[in-house]
Amino acid sequence: MTALVEQLKSGLDAPICLTWELTYACNLECVHCLSSSGRRDPRELTTGEAKAVLDELHDLQVFYINIGGGEPMIRRDFFELVEYSIAKGIGVKFSTNGAFIDGAKARRLAAMDYLDVQISLDGTDAVTNDAVRGNGSYATAIRAMDHLRAADFGPFKISVVVTRHNVDQLDEFKALADAYGAQLRITRLRPSGRGADSWHDLHPTNDQQRQIYEWLLAHGDHVLTGDSFFHLNALGDENLPGLNLCGAGRVVCLIDPIGDVYACPFVIHDEFKAGNIRDQGGFTQIWKSSNLFTELRQPQSAGACASCGSYDSCQGGCMAAKFFTGLPLDGPDPECVGGEGELALAGVAAGTTPRPMMDHSKPPPATPVSFRRK
Amino acid sequence: MRRCAGDTLYGMEQDNTLLDTTEAETHDDEIVEELLIEEISIDGMCGVY
Amino acid sequence: MIAVDAPSELLGRALTLHPQVALRPEPFGALAYHYGTRRLVFLKHPDVVRVVRALEHHDTVGDTFAACEIAPARHPAFLRALTSLSDSEMLRDRAG
Repeated sequence: MTALVEQLKSGLDAPICLTWELTYACNLECVHCLSSSGRRDPRELTTGEAKAVLDELHDLQVFYINIGGGEPMIRRDFFELVEYSIAKGIGVKFSTNGAFIDGAKARRLAAMDYLDVQISLDGTDAVTNDAVRGNGSYATAIRAMDHLRAADFGPFKISVVVTRHNVDQLDEFKALADAYGAQLRITRLRPSGRGADSWHDLHPTNDQQRQIYEWLLAHGDHVLTGDSFFHLNALGDENLPGLNLCGAGRVVCLIDPIGDVYACPFVIHDEFKAGNIRDQGGFTQIWKSSNLFTELRQPQSAGACASCGSYDSCQGGCMAAKFFTGLPLDGPDPECVGGEGELALAGVAAGTTPRPMMDHSKPPPATPVSFRRK
Repeated sequence: MRRCAGDTLYGMEQDNTLLDTTEAETHDDEIVEELLIEEISIDGMCGVY
Repeated sequence: MIAVDAPSELLGRALTLHPQVALRPEPFGALAYHYGTRRLVFLKHPDVVRVVRALEHHDTVGDTFAACEIAPARHPAFLRALTSLSDSEMLRDRAG
């Protein structure tokens, strides 16, 4: 382990970037949504409050923000905030389902510099994708990609959450990205938000984990992973590129639509809440001095994993995955490739796992209706 | 030896992580080996997009 | 990008931080982020940060080393660092 990684683990004076969920409102209701989005929260930050956060991020010299939601383009001030951010020298990457990218918006985005776009897609055909993201969402994403290409946006990203049902489509995802001159990003499914309920059915099997690992080694040269698969490094001698570093509270964090600050987007729960930007001292105080982040920046105990030869590679996995499956943080990841996680899960009593504390899902319809968008 | 997949994305300093990263003692007539910079991929830390 | 035959050739060049690079202090040195290439580099020692900031104020890299009181024994390591930064477009030649 390099000295640099140790320095990163002990935290930086400011985030490198941070994820900012602008709204819990969403036109979709993906079954694995990490933020359980659907309905706007009435306590959402105002435009003025959001700009004040950007002012703070500017002073901290945060390099860029990763905007998400819900569906961030639903906010009426979306472009206003994006342009304000860029004008303050903070780059913007944003994640979208594409529903609000028409020709005009695509051209507007293409004209902006220091802006990256990421289209979410979870299947290379409508059947696979829409089973997770809802009826018509595949067509919506492709349409948005077509608009971006027509507007000469340049390389955008296609972001895929790898599930049991799309792991066989990795080659096709790569081909799709290549066809659009886009960059493929694949990320790990965590049992967060609505994912807490769908995880057991959706997360890759042990064989499929090996399939992902080997695919990345063979074909992953230009594929982004956000270092989200480092728990798979214990499968072999060759490590996937990346630092095996959980950046939560150390180099990144999350600001949610109502100003709550969490260690990362996958742990929207009081256990990992560092404060609220409306508190005295704002975001800066939280980043520099909150109890949670101070604690996360201490050396973490390997705990039950200390005697495992793979700990150097896998670092005990992901704390979000452990937390929401009811496992202790100083023990194996639920998807531990050595099988230690499965063993541990067997000991977790049904109904005792932590529940997501915020649920902005839309209520179910009183009578069954077909999926309709306004 | 096959290199780690994608290491060309991770900067020319990647190999140097194998070198001693602490500052060597300075002797007047000896060259000092220091690793003064290190490139980190923004895809290489979980949570950084 | 600067074509450099050998790191020592850099000594006579006039360099500067690329205008799209942000340099942000950290306890151990600094972070450099290039807004155009999206690349991130750690400057791991305060002395290399001083040198990088000082480059634009001196005629040559060699002059910068002298002004920053970098001992000759450390020059090869500093030249490797500056070469690396040039290759990743964090530094570029100064006009004039």
